[in-house]
Amino acid sequence: MAGGTARARPTPTVAPRGTRRTGRTPVALLVPAILGLLFLVLPLAGLLVRTPWATLPQRLTEPGVLTALRLSVQTATLATLLCLLLGVPLAWLLARVQFPGRQLVRALVTVPLVLPPVVGGLALLLVFGRRGLVGSWLDSTFGVTVPFTTTAVVLAQAFVAMPFLIIAVEGALRGADTRYEEAAATLGAGRWTTFTHVTLPLVAPGIAAGAVLGWARALGEFGATITFAGNYPGRTQTMPVAVYLALETDLEAAIVLSLILLTVSVVILAGLRDRWASAP
Amino acid sequence: MTTGRPASLGQSVPAAGPRLLDAHLVVDRDSFRLDLPLTIAPGEVVALLGPNGAGKTTALRTLAGLLPLSAGHLTLAGRDLDHPVRRTWTPPERRPIGVVFQDYLLFPHLSALDNVAFGPRRHGLDRRQARDLAADWLTRMGLAEHARRKPRELSGGQAQRVALARALAVEPALLLLDEPLAALDARTRLDTRAQLQRHLAAHAGAALLVTHDPLDALVLADRLVVIEHGRVVQEGDAATITARPRTDYVARLVGLNLYRGYADGHRVRLGDGFELTTGDHHEGEVFVAFPPSAVALHPRRPDGSPRNTWPATITGIQQHGDNLRIQLVGPIEVAADVTPAAATQLRLAPGQPVWAAVKAAETRAYPAAPG
Repeated sequence: MAGGTARARPTPTVAPRGTRRTGRTPVALLVPAILGLLFLVLPLAGLLVRTPWATLPQRLTEPGVLTALRLSVQTATLATLLCLLLGVPLAWLLARVQFPGRQLVRALVTVPLVLPPVVGGLALLLVFGRRGLVGSWLDSTFGVTVPFTTTAVVLAQAFVAMPFLIIAVEGALRGADTRYEEAAATLGAGRWTTFTHVTLPLVAPGIAAGAVLGWARALGEFGATITFAGNYPGRTQTMPVAVYLALETDLEAAIVLSLILLTVSVVILAGLRDRWASAP
Repeated sequence: MTTGRPASLGQSVPAAGPRLLDAHLVVDRDSFRLDLPLTIAPGEVVALLGPNGAGKTTALRTLAGLLPLSAGHLTLAGRDLDHPVRRTWTPPERRPIGVVFQDYLLFPHLSALDNVAFGPRRHGLDRRQARDLAADWLTRMGLAEHARRKPRELSGGQAQRVALARALAVEPALLLLDEPLAALDARTRLDTRAQLQRHLAAHAGAALLVTHDPLDALVLADRLVVIEHGRVVQEGDAATITARPRTDYVARLVGLNLYRGYADGHRVRLGDGFELTTGDHHEGEVFVAFPPSAVALHPRRPDGSPRNTWPATITGIQQHGDNLRIQLVGPIEVAADVTPAAATQLRLAPGQPVWAAVKAAETRAYPAAPG
């Protein structure tokens, strides 16, 4: 990585004294940099080394694995949709409307980013639980119980994934030229039409990036899920939860499940490469 | 509220002359105040001309509804669009106004056709009708074969014409053009200006052209309104303004040397005691104007006919068309145009002292009091 950066700089040919500065990287920086890279990559390599490649196809098609994978993909997708539905308007509000306490709202929105997921799960349980603020009302009015259901999985995932989407979309909205919206207004478009026909298409790449990041975060959600939704195979046992449980009984199964999650992460990163990995 | 009523020309237009637009635009912002009375007749093209920061864009934005008036009024085709005293304000999407923005602002995600169809669609046409109408407009602009292209695939001149078609497709009572040719290179500009002139002539409504380019204003507009520091400094047709500029800015725009002084017959005394002899006969406060081409430069004091001669020093030399424009200081600051041949012969260079001469017959004097 470090060598790539150095090569990318134009090497001065006329000023020989400048060559030293751009040509060589100080050892004091290079060594920890390489150690840091190893620290990040080595565990992944360890996973690959211990993967039972011979029995992999058979392992992958085990009903438990497929059930967990299907549930994970379904819930992560639903959670992403929920994030889009609520997060895009919230991002728009933060980016475009001046209101008192906007800084506070922005800070609140990012809390789930730094909150330990297990705390998030607990908080959700307290609100949506049968005796919780919203949960008791849902129970008495509709007879609906949220915790330890698939709905709870989706809510837990959306809770941790929404900040990713909001930050990405708000950034895109701030970067978008609002004069296009003025042009739309002069052509007879009201605010809603302008939003759907001009603003949204302009920030579509930002929304897509935010949705993919949010989806990846939702797919990997563990702490909030196991606290709020529990671990019922087929209903609330998502891939990360399955990995955790398999660890205690069947290490190889845990490795296979992890490999799947790793593959999905790498594919997503590759898809986002242009937007994130190539940032200067 | 008058917003619900459809615009119909002629209805409740004041009897005093055919005014499609009748406005007094007043905007207060920090230390800046725009105070611009503006009327435009149907079919008339008015150019709003002024230096940067004069308030041109502010005026355009109030007309489009992107900025509310602080005071005054804005009446278009008999509809009160903005009248702070009466608490009337119509949002941009309900004003019969089309805007061609400086950098066009074509929606990047839509084709040329859908950009033009955007307005008609919002005005109630269904998708097919809107597209048919848009296709008509693109054909009229000579862009039929580019209908499916995205804005980034269009050249500057093509994008400008798509923007014009988009603004005209909603049949606005007032068309606003914000520096419509500024983003184009010189050659495209000439071509596009001629086309724009044709389309403006065909536009039945009023048109306001905001520009800092005098040539655009002179070619495209029937009437010029010059503003500086938010106020009108001169207004009239091209001939009057080019012949009789009233401020330094206008004089520079039309390429004249301009001085203000006190006339006593053919002699005009300028501020610091310097006197110019003019062909015109006046008494009192006057402007004196003459083109740089009327100024002759001599290495020594010239004898003979010129009545106005003075010693001057060259401060700058610039290419100006086929000639060189020489900036001079002395008792008065003046610009002179000389041919490159003459400049070589006189060995003109910055810092060099010369004698400037202007024939009285080549000057124009006119009263400084407006009217």
